[in-house]
Amino acid sequence: MTEPVLDIRNVSKSFGALVASEGINLDVRPGEIHALIGPNGAGKSTLIKQIAGGLQPDSGSVVFDGQDVTALTTAARARLGMGRTFQISSLAMDYSVLQNVVLGALGRRGTVFRFFRPVMRDRELLAQARAALVEVGLEEMQNMRTSELSHGQRRQLEVAVALTLAPKIFLMDEPMAGLGMEGSRRLMGFLDTLRQRAPILLVEHDMDAVFQLADRISVLVYGSIIATGTVEEIRANPQVRAAYLGEEEARS
Amino acid sequence: MKIQPDAAQFPLAFKTVVLAGFKAAKPEVLLNAALMLALLAVPLWAWFADEPFLITLTTRAVIFAIAGVGLNFALGFGGLVSLGHAAFFGLGGYVMGVLAYHAQTYTALLDWPFVIEGSRSMLVIWLVAILLSALLALGIGALSLRTSGVYFIMITLAFAQMLYYFAISWPAYGGEDGLSIYVRNSFPGLNTMAPIQFFAICFVLLILVLLLVKFLARSAFGLALGAARQNEERVQAVGQMPYRLYLIAFMISGSITGLAGALFADLNRFVSPTMFSWQTSGEIMVFVILGGVGRVFGPVAGAALFILLEHSLGGLSDYWHVYLGAILLGVVLFARGGLYGMLTGREAAHD
Ligand SMILES: Nc1ncnc2c1ncn2[C@@H]1O[C@H](COP(=O)(O)OP(=O)(O)OP(=O)(O)O)[C@@H](O)[C@H]1O
Ligand SMILES: [Mg+2]
Repeated sequence: MTEPVLDIRNVSKSFGALVASEGINLDVRPGEIHALIGPNGAGKSTLIKQIAGGLQPDSGSVVFDGQDVTALTTAARARLGMGRTFQISSLAMDYSVLQNVVLGALGRRGTVFRFFRPVMRDRELLAQARAALVEVGLEEMQNMRTSELSHGQRRQLEVAVALTLAPKIFLMDEPMAGLGMEGSRRLMGFLDTLRQRAPILLVEHDMDAVFQLADRISVLVYGSIIATGTVEEIRANPQVRAAYLGEEEARS
Repeated sequence: MKIQPDAAQFPLAFKTVVLAGFKAAKPEVLLNAALMLALLAVPLWAWFADEPFLITLTTRAVIFAIAGVGLNFALGFGGLVSLGHAAFFGLGGYVMGVLAYHAQTYTALLDWPFVIEGSRSMLVIWLVAILLSALLALGIGALSLRTSGVYFIMITLAFAQMLYYFAISWPAYGGEDGLSIYVRNSFPGLNTMAPIQFFAICFVLLILVLLLVKFLARSAFGLALGAARQNEERVQAVGQMPYRLYLIAFMISGSITGLAGALFADLNRFVSPTMFSWQTSGEIMVFVILGGVGRVFGPVAGAALFILLEHSLGGLSDYWHVYLGAILLGVVLFARGGLYGMLTGREAAHD
């Protein structure tokens, strides 16, 4: 078996009495989309934060690209190759769309300590930035102020910034939320090809999307992973049906 | 529009370019130009009319503007609300005072382990003021940048107050009374005692400092710093550490304000602990807020307006600070972008 790109080992995290992650084991292998599903408040975003940095697990470790990164800062993990999109868009709102992607390209280059050359005239950065905008379909918006984008467009921009980093893994927290039918369909098509570049850990509420895209699915309920498997295995898993899919079906 | 580089058409083409350039010029650029021209015209006129006081007054505005440009880099571009920039202003002032004092009394600043002499050269004084201010900013920043918001404001204030009391209680350099320097320091080829020549020096330095900030704002560093101000999480997600960006910005900011301090002491040929006081910090912040936080030329407008108000209101009443306070409140409540925000609108997202 090939070495996993990301290996989460026995990670636990509590907020007071609330157990947000309970002994979580999960790995992401090269070339796959590993979907993480679970009801609201299950602890999906909390797990992403512990992987990307910003939240320290109480115990357990996060191994990325063969290296234990549990003690590293968010910035250091990003430099090692984690490309993350946030559930609640986290962008430089006063900047133009293009400036946000150039910032990403700058992050990939590694050093921002250049003080005199105008960064918005740097051909190499601009080329990378524009290419990423084209991929998510935001090239028309490049000169708009980011705060003027719709929610869906901000999600697309987040994906574009992650692309400029050319990461070794994508950590995406509900990238399709707010995109609408057409936008979701487009992004799904894109993610489908993106896994060739780097594997994706995808948190997603939309079941249809998950079942279409994912190579493997992990189901998180109340901080524990109750099942991991292929689409068929998860569909057939009675525990999952009871805990999660049943709910969904009952709701719809 | 296409312009043919045809020789016969050249004058026409040239005219088209100039006109187009003028039309395209943003109100901000025009305001910058008007401001700098006014700052230049007033002392020139005063020079011909033999009104040295007016030259000195404008020089004061220019020096305050430099101090404000320094603070604005931290505050406007990095979002670092420092209420302790008097620390750098005062340090610059004392660098000038101490170096010139030792030169004028023919005593060494330090005898052991090696000899350090005083200096009467502005260039040396500026260099030392800039370097020591950067060093001080490194120290203050390293400790205070771990906090944010009100804590950061308080810690920077506390550091400046520490230096204030230190200066007061240090008798070797005049303590509370400060230090007088008899002759203004020298600059190669110029007579610095002539007000217009000293003004010219300060004006050129202001231009250099403005250019520096303009370049920095457009650089990779400036882009990352501005992003950190807006959203630290975003900057971390692309692999950069906001703390480092802030620290360097704070050092650049402190050294610019330190340079202004050295010039201010040279203007007055006097330095006292007042330069370290919280009122000084407050005034530097007023320049920035009046002019427009985060606008490169904002502090120039702010400092000019401040001097104008000080001069006109100060003549009317001893309590002119009260009026200044009212104006400031008005700016903060109703014109958040300061003068620049009012006259040129919001900054473009992209230039
Ligand atoms: N910093 C925190 N302090 C205290 N409780 C927290 C904190 N962060 C998250 N929680 C709680 O932990 C639980 C898991 O939250 P999390 O955001 O990870 O859920 P999620 O699976 O991403 O949900 P959603 O689908 O709504 O995004 C929730 O009950 C939440 O209220
Ligand atoms: Mg979530």
